[in-house]
Amino acid sequence: MSVDGSTDLARASVAALAKVLAAKEVSAVELATLFLDRIDAHRDLNVFLDVRPDVTLAQAREADRRRAAGETGPLLGVPLAHKDIFVTRDWASTAASRMLKGYMSPFDATVVEQLAAAGMVCLGKVNCDEFAMGSSNENSAYGPVLNPWDKGAVPGGSSGGSSAAVAARIAPVATATDTGGSIREPAAFTGITGTKPTYGRPSRWGMIAFASSLDTAGLMTVSAEDAAIVLSAMMGFDPRDSTSVDRPPEDCTRDLERPVKGLRIGVPKEFFGPGLSPDVEQSVRAALDVYRGLGAELVEISLPNAALGIPVYYVVAPAECSSNLSRFDGVRYGHRASKYRDLEDMISRSRAEGLGPEPKRRILIGTYVLSHGYYDAYYLKAQQVRRLIADEFRRAFETCDIIAGPVTSTVAFGFGEKAADPVSMYLADLYTVPGSLAGIPSMSIPCGFGDKGRPVGLQLMADYFQEARMLGAAHQYQLATDWHRRVPAGF
Amino acid sequence: MAKLARIRISDDEASRTLAQLNDIFAMIEQMRAVDTEGIEPMNHPLGGSQRLRDDVVTEHDRREAAMRNAPEHQDGLFLVPRVIE
Repeated sequence: MSVDGSTDLARASVAALAKVLAAKEVSAVELATLFLDRIDAHRDLNVFLDVRPDVTLAQAREADRRRAAGETGPLLGVPLAHKDIFVTRDWASTAASRMLKGYMSPFDATVVEQLAAAGMVCLGKVNCDEFAMGSSNENSAYGPVLNPWDKGAVPGGSSGGSSAAVAARIAPVATATDTGGSIREPAAFTGITGTKPTYGRPSRWGMIAFASSLDTAGLMTVSAEDAAIVLSAMMGFDPRDSTSVDRPPEDCTRDLERPVKGLRIGVPKEFFGPGLSPDVEQSVRAALDVYRGLGAELVEISLPNAALGIPVYYVVAPAECSSNLSRFDGVRYGHRASKYRDLEDMISRSRAEGLGPEPKRRILIGTYVLSHGYYDAYYLKAQQVRRLIADEFRRAFETCDIIAGPVTSTVAFGFGEKAADPVSMYLADLYTVPGSLAGIPSMSIPCGFGDKGRPVGLQLMADYFQEARMLGAAHQYQLATDWHRRVPAGF
Repeated sequence: MAKLARIRISDDEASRTLAQLNDIFAMIEQMRAVDTEGIEPMNHPLGGSQRLRDDVVTEHDRREAAMRNAPEHQDGLFLVPRVIE
Protein backbone atom coordinates (compact mmCIF):
# COMPACT_ATOMS: atom_id res chain seq x y z
CA MET A 1 0.00 0.00 0.00
CA SER A 2 1.10 3.54 -0.47
CA VAL A 3 1.33 5.57 2.66
CA ASP A 4 1.31 9.30 2.27
CA GLY A 5 0.26 11.88 4.81
CA SER A 6 -0.05 11.45 8.55
CA THR A 7 -3.69 10.24 8.49
CA ASP A 8 -2.76 7.33 6.26
CA LEU A 9 0.19 6.49 8.48
CA ALA A 10 -2.00 6.62 11.60
CA ARG A 11 -4.52 4.30 9.97
CA ALA A 12 -1.92 1.89 8.64
CA SER A 13 -1.71 -1.66 9.93
CA VAL A 14 1.42 -3.00 11.62
CA ALA A 15 2.05 -4.97 8.42
CA ALA A 16 1.92 -1.76 6.35
CA LEU A 17 4.08 0.17 8.85
CA ALA A 18 6.69 -2.59 8.65
CA LYS A 19 6.93 -2.03 4.90
CA VAL A 20 7.38 1.76 5.03
CA LEU A 21 9.87 1.44 7.87
CA ALA A 22 11.84 -1.18 5.93
CA ALA A 23 11.80 1.05 2.84
CA LYS A 24 13.04 3.92 5.06
CA GLU A 25 10.11 6.05 3.89
CA VAL A 26 9.50 6.92 7.53
CA SER A 27 11.64 6.64 10.66
CA ALA A 28 10.67 5.22 14.03
CA VAL A 29 11.12 8.70 15.52
CA GLU A 30 8.70 10.20 12.97
CA LEU A 31 6.14 7.49 13.69
CA ALA A 32 6.47 7.88 17.47
CA THR A 33 6.07 11.64 17.12
CA LEU A 34 2.98 11.22 14.96
CA PHE A 35 1.27 8.97 17.52
CA LEU A 36 2.36 11.06 20.52
CA ASP A 37 0.72 14.05 18.80
CA ARG A 38 -2.47 12.06 18.24
CA ILE A 39 -2.49 10.94 21.88
CA ASP A 40 -2.25 14.57 22.90
CA ALA A 41 -4.97 15.66 20.47
CA HIS A 42 -7.42 13.04 21.81
CA ARG A 43 -6.81 13.36 25.52
CA ASP A 44 -10.57 13.70 26.09
CA LEU A 45 -10.90 9.93 25.50
CA ASN A 46 -8.93 9.40 28.76
CA VAL A 47 -7.05 6.48 27.21
CA PHE A 48 -3.50 7.04 28.47
CA LEU A 49 -2.55 7.02 32.16
CA ASP A 50 1.15 7.73 31.70
CA VAL A 51 2.92 9.24 28.68
CA ARG A 52 6.63 10.11 28.76
CA PRO A 53 7.63 11.42 25.33
CA ASP A 54 11.34 11.56 26.20
CA VAL A 55 11.43 7.82 26.97
CA THR A 56 9.36 6.98 23.90
CA LEU A 57 11.58 9.03 21.62
CA ALA A 58 14.72 7.49 23.10
CA GLN A 59 13.31 4.03 22.27
CA ALA A 60 12.45 5.23 18.75
CA ARG A 61 15.99 6.58 18.22
CA GLU A 62 17.33 3.22 19.36
CA ALA A 63 15.07 1.42 16.84
CA ASP A 64 16.33 3.71 14.07
CA ARG A 65 19.91 3.06 15.15
CA ARG A 66 19.32 -0.71 15.07
CA ARG A 67 17.88 -0.44 11.55
CA ALA A 68 20.77 1.71 10.41
CA ALA A 69 23.10 -0.99 11.75
CA GLY A 70 21.45 -3.50 9.43
CA GLU A 71 18.84 -5.08 11.68
CA THR A 72 15.48 -5.98 10.16
CA GLY A 73 12.25 -7.36 11.58
CA PRO A 74 8.54 -6.70 11.18
CA LEU A 75 8.19 -4.91 14.52
CA LEU A 76 11.37 -2.82 14.54
CA GLY A 77 10.26 0.78 15.10
CA VAL A 78 6.52 0.05 15.29
CA PRO A 79 4.85 1.91 18.18
CA LEU A 80 2.57 0.22 20.71
CA ALA A 81 0.74 0.95 23.96
CA HIS A 82 0.77 -1.32 27.01
CA LYS A 83 -2.24 -1.98 29.20
CA ASP A 84 -1.48 -0.70 32.68
CA ILE A 85 -1.59 -4.30 33.97
CA PHE A 86 1.87 -5.02 32.54
CA VAL A 87 4.60 -3.63 34.76
CA THR A 88 7.17 -1.32 33.19
CA ARG A 89 10.31 0.23 34.59
CA ASP A 90 9.98 3.49 32.68
CA TRP A 91 6.28 4.24 33.15
CA ALA A 92 4.17 4.04 36.32
CA SER A 93 2.27 0.75 36.73
CA THR A 94 -0.99 1.28 38.57
CA ALA A 95 -3.48 -1.38 37.37
CA ALA A 96 -5.78 1.70 37.24
CA SER A 97 -5.99 1.50 41.03
CA ARG A 98 -5.49 4.17 43.65
CA MET A 99 -3.63 1.44 45.55
CA LEU A 100 -0.71 1.62 43.08
CA LYS A 101 -0.74 5.32 42.24
CA GLY A 102 2.75 6.26 41.04
CA TYR A 103 4.17 2.73 41.49
CA MET A 104 7.46 2.35 39.60
CA SER A 105 8.25 -1.31 38.94
CA PRO A 106 11.84 -2.44 39.41
CA PHE A 107 11.48 -4.65 36.29
CA ASP A 108 9.63 -5.01 32.98
CA ALA A 109 7.03 -7.74 32.38
CA THR A 110 8.20 -10.57 30.09
CA VAL A 111 5.78 -9.46 27.34
CA VAL A 112 7.12 -5.90 27.62
CA GLU A 113 10.68 -7.22 27.38
CA GLN A 114 9.87 -9.43 24.37
CA LEU A 115 8.21 -6.66 22.37
CA ALA A 116 10.99 -4.20 23.23
CA ALA A 117 13.56 -6.78 22.11
CA ALA A 118 11.68 -7.01 18.80
CA GLY A 119 12.19 -3.24 18.48
CA MET A 120 8.71 -1.99 19.32
CA VAL A 121 8.50 1.55 20.69
CA CYS A 122 6.28 2.06 23.74
CA LEU A 123 3.95 5.08 23.64
CA GLY A 124 2.93 4.74 27.30
CA LYS A 125 0.44 2.97 29.53
CA VAL A 126 -3.28 2.78 28.92
CA ASN A 127 -6.29 2.83 31.20
CA CYS A 128 -8.38 -0.23 32.15
CA ASP A 129 -10.78 -1.39 34.83
CA GLU A 130 -9.12 -1.48 38.24
CA PHE A 131 -7.00 -4.66 38.49
CA ALA A 132 -8.67 -5.72 35.19
CA MET A 133 -11.98 -6.27 36.95
CA GLY A 134 -14.90 -4.99 34.92
CA SER A 135 -16.62 -4.96 31.55
CA SER A 136 -17.01 -1.24 30.90
CA ASN A 137 -13.85 0.53 32.08
CA GLU A 138 -16.05 2.39 34.58
CA ASN A 139 -14.10 0.79 37.43
CA SER A 140 -10.86 2.69 36.78
CA ALA A 141 -9.73 4.88 39.67
CA TYR A 142 -8.65 7.39 37.02
CA GLY A 143 -12.01 7.78 35.27
CA PRO A 144 -13.60 5.87 32.41
CA VAL A 145 -12.32 5.71 28.84
CA LEU A 146 -14.76 6.97 26.17
CA ASN A 147 -15.69 4.87 23.15
CA PRO A 148 -14.35 6.62 20.01
CA TRP A 149 -17.44 5.51 18.03
CA ASP A 150 -19.81 7.17 20.47
CA LYS A 151 -18.54 9.10 23.47
CA GLY A 152 -21.73 8.23 25.36
CA ALA A 153 -20.91 4.53 25.15
CA VAL A 154 -18.46 2.47 27.19
CA PRO A 155 -15.38 1.11 25.36
CA GLY A 156 -15.83 -2.25 27.11
CA GLY A 157 -13.55 -3.68 29.75
CA SER A 158 -11.37 -4.41 31.29
CA SER A 159 -9.01 -3.57 28.38
CA GLY A 160 -11.03 -0.44 27.44
CA GLY A 161 -8.00 1.80 27.09
CA SER A 162 -6.33 -0.71 24.77
CA SER A 163 -9.45 -1.08 22.61
CA ALA A 164 -10.14 2.67 22.41
CA ALA A 165 -6.47 3.40 21.61
CA VAL A 166 -6.54 1.14 18.55
CA ALA A 167 -10.09 2.12 17.49
CA ALA A 168 -9.09 5.81 17.56
CA ARG A 169 -5.79 4.96 15.85
CA ILE A 170 -3.82 6.70 18.57
CA ALA A 171 -1.78 3.49 18.79
CA PRO A 172 -1.48 0.95 15.96
CA VAL A 173 -1.45 -1.94 18.45
CA ALA A 174 -1.94 -2.34 22.19
CA THR A 175 -1.34 -5.16 24.62
CA ALA A 176 -4.31 -6.30 26.66
CA THR A 177 -5.27 -9.04 29.11
CA ASP A 178 -8.25 -11.36 29.19
CA THR A 179 -9.51 -13.15 32.29
CA GLY A 180 -13.19 -13.62 31.38
CA GLY A 181 -13.59 -11.58 28.22
CA SER A 182 -11.48 -8.49 28.87
CA ILE A 183 -9.96 -8.50 25.38
CA ARG A 184 -12.86 -9.76 23.25
CA GLU A 185 -15.68 -7.70 24.75
CA PRO A 186 -13.91 -4.30 24.42
CA ALA A 187 -12.67 -5.26 20.92
CA ALA A 188 -16.29 -5.97 19.93
CA PHE A 189 -17.53 -2.72 21.48
CA THR A 190 -14.96 -0.64 19.58
CA GLY A 191 -14.91 -2.41 16.20
CA ILE A 192 -11.35 -3.75 16.30
CA THR A 193 -9.60 -7.13 16.38
CA GLY A 194 -8.96 -8.52 19.88
CA THR A 195 -7.01 -11.76 20.34
CA LYS A 196 -6.68 -13.98 23.40
CA PRO A 197 -4.24 -16.86 22.79
CA THR A 198 -4.19 -20.18 24.65
CA TYR A 199 -3.80 -19.79 28.42
CA GLY A 200 -0.15 -20.19 29.39
CA ARG A 201 1.37 -19.23 26.04
CA PRO A 202 2.36 -15.63 26.60
CA SER A 203 4.06 -15.28 29.97
CA ARG A 204 2.13 -13.93 32.97
CA TRP A 205 5.36 -12.74 34.61
CA GLY A 206 4.98 -9.03 35.33
CA MET A 207 1.25 -9.00 34.66
CA ILE A 208 -0.37 -7.68 37.83
CA ALA A 209 -2.27 -10.80 38.93
CA PHE A 210 -6.05 -10.98 39.16
CA ALA A 211 -7.07 -14.64 38.66
CA SER A 212 -3.97 -16.69 37.97
CA SER A 213 -5.65 -19.74 36.37
CA LEU A 214 -7.44 -17.47 33.85
CA ASP A 215 -5.27 -14.37 33.21
CA THR A 216 -3.96 -14.38 29.62
CA ALA A 217 -2.01 -11.71 27.77
CA GLY A 218 -3.16 -10.79 24.27
CA LEU A 219 -3.56 -7.99 21.78
CA MET A 220 -5.76 -5.28 20.33
CA THR A 221 -4.96 -4.70 16.66
CA VAL A 222 -6.56 -3.32 13.50
CA SER A 223 -6.45 -6.71 11.80
CA ALA A 224 -5.99 -10.44 12.35
CA GLU A 225 -2.82 -10.30 10.26
CA ASP A 226 -1.35 -7.75 12.70
CA ALA A 227 -2.36 -9.93 15.64
CA ALA A 228 -0.54 -12.89 14.06
CA ILE A 229 2.61 -10.84 13.47
CA VAL A 230 2.81 -9.35 16.97
CA LEU A 231 1.64 -12.47 18.80
CA SER A 232 4.49 -14.43 17.22
CA ALA A 233 6.87 -12.24 19.27
CA MET A 234 5.02 -12.87 22.57
CA MET A 235 5.11 -16.67 22.71
CA GLY A 236 7.61 -19.01 24.24
CA PHE A 237 8.35 -20.69 27.52
CA ASP A 238 9.15 -18.45 30.49
CA PRO A 239 10.65 -20.22 33.51
CA ARG A 240 9.60 -17.25 35.67
CA ASP A 241 5.89 -18.06 35.13
CA SER A 242 4.93 -21.29 36.93
CA THR A 243 2.10 -22.01 34.46
CA SER A 244 3.98 -21.08 31.28
CA VAL A 245 3.59 -23.75 28.61
CA ASP A 246 6.85 -25.44 27.70
CA ARG A 247 6.49 -25.33 23.92
CA PRO A 248 8.73 -23.62 21.40
CA PRO A 249 7.61 -20.23 20.06
CA GLU A 250 5.76 -20.48 16.78
CA ASP A 251 4.98 -18.45 13.70
CA CYS A 252 1.32 -17.47 14.12
CA THR A 253 1.22 -16.08 10.56
CA ARG A 254 1.66 -19.50 8.97
CA ASP A 255 -2.04 -20.11 8.23
CA LEU A 256 -2.97 -16.60 7.10
CA GLU A 257 -3.13 -17.50 3.43
CA ARG A 258 -4.84 -20.83 4.00
CA PRO A 259 -8.28 -20.80 2.33
CA VAL A 260 -11.30 -21.53 4.54
CA LYS A 261 -12.82 -23.83 1.93
CA GLY A 262 -13.77 -26.98 3.78
CA LEU A 263 -13.19 -25.39 7.22
CA ARG A 264 -15.77 -26.78 9.63
CA ILE A 265 -17.22 -23.93 11.68
CA GLY A 266 -19.18 -24.99 14.76
CA VAL A 267 -22.09 -22.72 15.66
CA PRO A 268 -23.20 -23.25 19.27
CA LYS A 269 -27.00 -23.08 19.36
CA GLU A 270 -26.92 -21.87 22.99
CA PHE A 271 -25.18 -18.65 21.85
CA PHE A 272 -28.24 -17.66 19.81
CA GLY A 273 -30.85 -17.87 22.56
CA PRO A 274 -33.47 -15.29 23.57
CA GLY A 275 -30.87 -13.12 25.34
CA LEU A 276 -29.17 -12.17 22.07
CA SER A 277 -30.19 -8.78 20.63
CA PRO A 278 -31.61 -8.93 17.09
CA ASP A 279 -29.11 -6.34 15.77
CA VAL A 280 -26.13 -8.36 17.00
CA GLU A 281 -27.64 -11.62 15.75
CA GLN A 282 -28.17 -10.15 12.29
CA SER A 283 -24.53 -9.07 11.90
CA VAL A 284 -23.19 -12.34 13.29
CA ARG A 285 -25.41 -14.45 11.01
CA ALA A 286 -24.33 -12.32 8.04
CA ALA A 287 -20.69 -13.03 8.97
CA LEU A 288 -21.43 -16.76 9.07
CA ASP A 289 -22.94 -16.40 5.59
CA VAL A 290 -19.69 -14.80 4.40
CA TYR A 291 -17.82 -17.88 5.63
CA ARG A 292 -20.32 -20.15 3.92
CA GLY A 293 -19.79 -18.15 0.73
CA LEU A 294 -16.04 -18.72 1.07
CA GLY A 295 -16.64 -22.47 1.15
CA ALA A 296 -16.66 -23.14 4.89
CA GLU A 297 -19.09 -25.71 6.27
CA LEU A 298 -21.34 -24.58 9.14
CA VAL A 299 -22.04 -27.27 11.74
CA GLU A 300 -24.52 -26.83 14.57
CA ILE A 301 -22.96 -27.73 17.91
CA SER A 302 -24.20 -27.71 21.49
CA LEU A 303 -22.47 -26.37 24.61
CA PRO A 304 -25.22 -27.03 27.18
CA ASN A 305 -23.14 -26.08 30.23
CA ALA A 306 -21.72 -22.86 28.75
CA ALA A 307 -24.51 -20.89 30.42
CA LEU A 308 -23.05 -21.94 33.77
CA GLY A 309 -19.84 -20.13 32.85
CA ILE A 310 -20.82 -16.93 34.62
CA PRO A 311 -21.68 -18.52 38.01
CA VAL A 312 -18.54 -20.69 37.84
CA TYR A 313 -16.40 -17.71 36.89
CA TYR A 314 -17.75 -15.61 39.77
CA VAL A 315 -16.56 -18.25 42.20
CA VAL A 316 -13.19 -19.12 40.63
CA ALA A 317 -12.05 -15.59 39.69
CA PRO A 318 -12.93 -13.91 43.03
CA ALA A 319 -11.33 -16.81 44.94
CA GLU A 320 -8.05 -16.32 43.10
CA CYS A 321 -8.43 -12.53 43.29
CA SER A 322 -8.85 -12.55 47.08
CA SER A 323 -5.62 -14.49 47.34
CA ASN A 324 -3.66 -12.39 44.82
CA LEU A 325 -4.79 -9.04 46.20
CA SER A 326 -3.85 -9.96 49.78
CA ARG A 327 -0.37 -8.68 48.90
CA PHE A 328 -1.64 -5.10 49.03
CA ASP A 329 -1.17 -4.32 52.69
CA GLY A 330 0.43 -0.87 52.62
CA VAL A 331 3.74 -2.21 53.92
CA ARG A 332 6.17 -2.77 51.03
CA TYR A 333 4.49 -0.74 48.30
CA GLY A 334 1.12 0.71 47.48
CA HIS A 335 -1.17 3.04 49.35
CA ARG A 336 -0.81 3.43 53.12
CA ALA A 337 -3.51 5.14 55.18
CA SER A 338 -2.30 8.30 56.91
CA LYS A 339 -4.02 7.64 60.26
CA TYR A 340 -4.25 4.31 62.09
CA ARG A 341 -4.18 2.76 65.57
CA ASP A 342 -1.98 -0.28 65.03
CA LEU A 343 -0.66 -2.62 62.35
CA GLU A 344 -3.97 -4.39 61.73
CA ASP A 345 -5.85 -1.10 61.57
CA MET A 346 -3.22 0.27 59.18
CA ILE A 347 -3.69 -2.66 56.80
CA SER A 348 -7.52 -2.54 56.95
CA ARG A 349 -7.63 1.21 56.37
CA SER A 350 -5.00 1.14 53.62
CA ARG A 351 -6.99 -1.53 51.74
CA ALA A 352 -10.28 0.29 52.33
CA GLU A 353 -8.85 3.54 50.93
CA GLY A 354 -6.69 2.07 48.16
CA LEU A 355 -9.10 -0.41 46.59
CA GLY A 356 -12.26 0.51 44.68
CA PRO A 357 -15.73 -1.06 45.06
CA GLU A 358 -15.35 -3.86 42.46
CA PRO A 359 -12.06 -5.34 43.74
CA LYS A 360 -13.51 -5.13 47.27
CA ARG A 361 -16.67 -7.00 46.22
CA ARG A 362 -14.61 -9.71 44.56
CA ILE A 363 -12.26 -10.03 47.52
CA LEU A 364 -15.29 -10.50 49.78
CA ILE A 365 -16.85 -13.13 47.49
CA GLY A 366 -13.50 -14.91 47.25
CA THR A 367 -12.93 -14.83 51.00
CA TYR A 368 -16.37 -16.35 51.50
CA VAL A 369 -16.11 -19.16 48.93
CA LEU A 370 -12.69 -20.16 50.23
CA SER A 371 -13.66 -20.07 53.90
CA HIS A 372 -13.91 -23.14 56.07
CA GLY A 373 -17.22 -24.93 55.57
CA TYR A 374 -17.97 -23.36 52.18
CA TYR A 375 -14.93 -24.44 50.20
CA ASP A 376 -16.46 -27.72 48.91
CA ALA A 377 -19.87 -26.21 48.19
CA TYR A 378 -18.49 -23.33 46.16
CA TYR A 379 -14.86 -23.45 45.12
CA LEU A 380 -14.54 -27.20 44.57
CA LYS A 381 -17.98 -27.34 42.93
CA ALA A 382 -17.03 -24.50 40.58
CA GLN A 383 -13.81 -26.30 39.59
CA GLN A 384 -15.85 -29.42 38.78
CA VAL A 385 -18.34 -27.52 36.61
CA ARG A 386 -15.36 -25.80 34.99
CA ARG A 387 -14.16 -29.25 33.92
CA LEU A 388 -17.61 -30.03 32.43
CA ILE A 389 -17.45 -26.82 30.37
CA ALA A 390 -13.91 -27.53 29.14
CA ASP A 391 -14.89 -31.12 28.22
CA GLU A 392 -17.79 -29.80 26.13
CA PHE A 393 -15.35 -27.76 24.08
CA ARG A 394 -13.10 -30.79 23.60
CA ARG A 395 -16.05 -32.80 22.31
CA ALA A 396 -17.16 -29.93 20.06
CA PHE A 397 -13.73 -29.75 18.43
CA GLU A 398 -14.12 -33.37 17.35
CA THR A 399 -16.77 -32.19 14.88
CA CYS A 400 -15.49 -28.73 13.94
CA ASP A 401 -12.20 -26.81 13.48
CA ILE A 402 -13.35 -23.40 14.69
CA ILE A 403 -16.31 -22.23 16.77
CA ALA A 404 -18.04 -18.99 15.79
CA GLY A 405 -20.74 -16.91 17.46
CA PRO A 406 -21.44 -13.55 19.06
CA VAL A 407 -18.98 -11.91 21.48
CA THR A 408 -21.62 -9.99 23.39
CA SER A 409 -25.41 -10.05 23.53
CA THR A 410 -25.71 -6.31 22.76
CA VAL A 411 -23.61 -3.52 21.29
CA ALA A 412 -21.76 -1.19 23.71
CA PHE A 413 -24.04 0.11 26.45
CA GLY A 414 -24.08 3.63 27.87
CA PHE A 415 -22.21 4.95 30.91
CA GLY A 416 -24.06 4.21 34.14
CA GLU A 417 -26.47 1.72 32.54
CA LYS A 418 -25.12 -1.28 34.43
CA ALA A 419 -22.79 0.24 36.99
CA ALA A 420 -25.28 0.00 39.89
CA ASP A 421 -26.13 -3.67 39.26
CA PRO A 422 -23.07 -5.96 39.37
CA VAL A 423 -24.98 -9.04 38.14
CA SER A 424 -26.16 -7.31 34.94
CA MET A 425 -22.58 -6.14 34.34
CA TYR A 426 -21.27 -9.68 34.90
CA LEU A 427 -23.69 -11.06 32.30
CA ALA A 428 -21.97 -8.89 29.64
CA ASP A 429 -19.36 -11.68 29.53
CA LEU A 430 -21.84 -14.53 28.99
CA TYR A 431 -20.36 -15.67 25.66
CA THR A 432 -16.70 -14.99 26.44
CA VAL A 433 -16.34 -16.60 29.89
CA PRO A 434 -16.72 -20.25 28.72
CA GLY A 435 -13.64 -19.99 26.47
CA SER A 436 -11.68 -18.38 29.31
CA LEU A 437 -12.59 -21.16 31.73
CA ALA A 438 -11.48 -23.77 29.18
CA GLY A 439 -8.31 -21.74 28.41
CA ILE A 440 -8.69 -22.01 24.62
CA PRO A 441 -7.67 -19.30 22.13
CA SER A 442 -10.47 -16.97 21.07
CA MET A 443 -10.85 -13.61 19.42
CA SER A 444 -13.26 -10.92 18.32
CA ILE A 445 -13.29 -9.46 14.82
CA PRO A 446 -15.52 -6.61 13.65
CA CYS A 447 -18.51 -7.81 11.58
CA GLY A 448 -20.88 -4.86 11.29
CA PHE A 449 -22.79 -2.20 13.17
CA GLY A 450 -25.89 -2.56 15.31
CA ASP A 451 -28.19 -0.23 17.26
CA LYS A 452 -27.10 3.43 17.36
CA GLY A 453 -24.38 2.66 14.82
CA ARG A 454 -22.24 0.89 17.45
CA PRO A 455 -19.88 -1.92 16.33
CA VAL A 456 -20.63 -5.65 16.53
CA GLY A 457 -18.00 -8.37 17.00
CA LEU A 458 -17.82 -11.94 15.75
CA GLN A 459 -16.20 -14.38 18.18
CA LEU A 460 -13.94 -17.13 16.88
CA MET A 461 -12.64 -19.87 19.16
CA ALA A 462 -10.21 -22.70 18.43
CA ASP A 463 -8.84 -25.73 20.21
CA TYR A 464 -5.75 -25.43 22.45
CA PHE A 465 -2.65 -24.13 20.61
CA GLN A 466 -4.60 -23.59 17.36
CA GLU A 467 -4.26 -19.80 17.38
CA ALA A 468 -2.58 -19.80 13.96
CA ARG A 469 -5.57 -21.61 12.45
CA MET A 470 -7.99 -19.21 14.17
CA LEU A 471 -6.06 -16.13 13.02
CA GLY A 472 -5.98 -17.55 9.49
CA ALA A 473 -9.76 -17.96 9.47
CA ALA A 474 -10.12 -14.38 10.75
CA HIS A 475 -7.73 -13.04 8.12
CA GLN A 476 -9.64 -14.77 5.33
CA TYR A 477 -12.84 -13.08 6.54
CA GLN A 478 -11.04 -9.72 6.60
CA LEU A 479 -9.84 -10.24 3.02
CA ALA A 480 -13.50 -10.62 2.01
CA THR A 481 -14.91 -7.74 4.12
CA ASP A 482 -13.86 -4.25 5.17
CA TRP A 483 -15.45 -3.84 8.63
CA HIS A 484 -11.99 -3.90 10.22
CA ARG A 485 -10.92 -0.91 8.11
CA ARG A 486 -13.75 1.34 9.34
CA VAL A 487 -12.53 4.19 11.52
CA PRO A 488 -14.82 6.33 13.73
CA ALA A 489 -15.59 9.85 12.49
CA GLY A 490 -13.06 12.42 13.66
CA PHE A 491 -10.17 9.97 13.93
CA MET B 1 -15.90 -11.36 55.73
CA ALA B 2 -14.57 -7.80 55.58
CA LYS B 3 -12.71 -8.40 58.82
CA LEU B 4 -11.23 -11.65 57.47
CA ALA B 5 -10.23 -9.86 54.26
CA ARG B 6 -8.74 -6.95 56.25
CA ILE B 7 -10.90 -4.30 54.61
CA ARG B 8 -12.37 -1.66 56.90
CA ILE B 9 -15.99 -1.05 55.99
CA SER B 10 -18.61 1.35 57.37
CA ASP B 11 -22.05 0.07 58.49
CA ASP B 12 -23.67 1.93 55.62
CA GLU B 13 -21.28 0.46 53.04
CA ALA B 14 -21.70 -2.98 54.62
CA SER B 15 -25.46 -3.07 54.16
CA ARG B 16 -25.22 -1.88 50.55
CA THR B 17 -22.51 -4.44 49.80
CA LEU B 18 -24.51 -7.21 51.47
CA ALA B 19 -27.46 -6.61 49.13
CA GLN B 20 -25.15 -6.81 46.10
CA LEU B 21 -23.43 -9.93 47.37
CA ASN B 22 -26.82 -11.60 47.94
CA ASP B 23 -27.72 -10.93 44.28
CA ILE B 24 -24.39 -12.37 43.15
CA PHE B 25 -24.78 -15.50 45.28
CA ALA B 26 -28.35 -15.97 43.99
CA MET B 27 -26.81 -16.07 40.49
CA ILE B 28 -24.07 -18.47 41.66
CA GLU B 29 -26.73 -20.87 43.05
CA GLN B 30 -27.53 -22.15 39.48
CA MET B 31 -24.15 -23.81 39.43
CA ARG B 32 -24.76 -25.73 42.63
CA ALA B 33 -27.70 -27.67 41.12
CA VAL B 34 -25.41 -29.47 38.64
CA ASP B 35 -24.56 -33.10 39.31
CA THR B 36 -20.77 -33.26 39.55
CA GLU B 37 -20.45 -36.64 41.25
CA GLY B 38 -17.04 -38.10 40.37
CA ILE B 39 -15.89 -35.11 38.26
CA GLU B 40 -12.27 -34.21 38.89
CA PRO B 41 -11.91 -30.51 39.80
CA MET B 42 -10.11 -28.41 37.17
CA ASN B 43 -7.76 -25.95 38.81
CA HIS B 44 -5.78 -25.03 35.73
CA PRO B 45 -6.66 -25.17 32.00
CA LEU B 46 -3.69 -27.29 30.98
CA GLY B 47 -3.59 -29.59 34.00
CA GLY B 48 -0.35 -31.25 34.94
CA SER B 49 1.54 -30.90 38.14
CA GLN B 50 3.20 -27.81 39.53
CA ARG B 51 6.57 -27.28 37.89
CA LEU B 52 9.40 -26.86 40.35
CA ARG B 53 12.65 -25.04 39.85
CA ASP B 54 16.04 -25.68 41.40
CA ASP B 55 16.38 -24.14 44.84
CA VAL B 56 18.93 -21.51 43.88
CA VAL B 57 19.02 -17.73 44.15
CA THR B 58 17.89 -16.21 40.85
CA GLU B 59 16.96 -12.70 41.99
CA HIS B 60 19.38 -9.88 41.52
CA ASP B 61 19.86 -7.49 44.39
CA ARG B 62 17.42 -4.75 43.49
CA ARG B 63 16.83 -3.54 46.98
CA GLU B 64 17.07 0.13 46.13
CA ALA B 65 14.57 -0.11 43.29
CA ALA B 66 12.23 -2.15 45.49
CA MET B 67 12.48 0.26 48.43
CA ARG B 68 11.64 3.19 46.18
CA ASN B 69 7.93 2.30 46.37
CA ALA B 70 7.78 1.70 50.14
CA PRO B 71 5.44 4.05 52.05
CA GLU B 72 7.93 4.22 54.95
CA HIS B 73 11.40 2.81 55.14
CA GLN B 74 14.65 3.32 56.93
CA ASP B 75 18.12 1.77 56.51
CA GLY B 76 16.81 -0.59 53.83
CA LEU B 77 14.00 -1.88 56.05
CA PHE B 78 10.21 -1.50 55.73
CA LEU B 79 8.69 0.33 58.69
CA VAL B 80 5.38 -0.73 60.25
CA PRO B 81 3.63 0.36 63.47
CA ARG B 82 5.09 -1.23 66.62
CA VAL B 83 3.70 -4.77 67.08
CA ILE B 84 5.58 -5.94 70.21
CA GLU B 85 5.71 -3.57 73.16
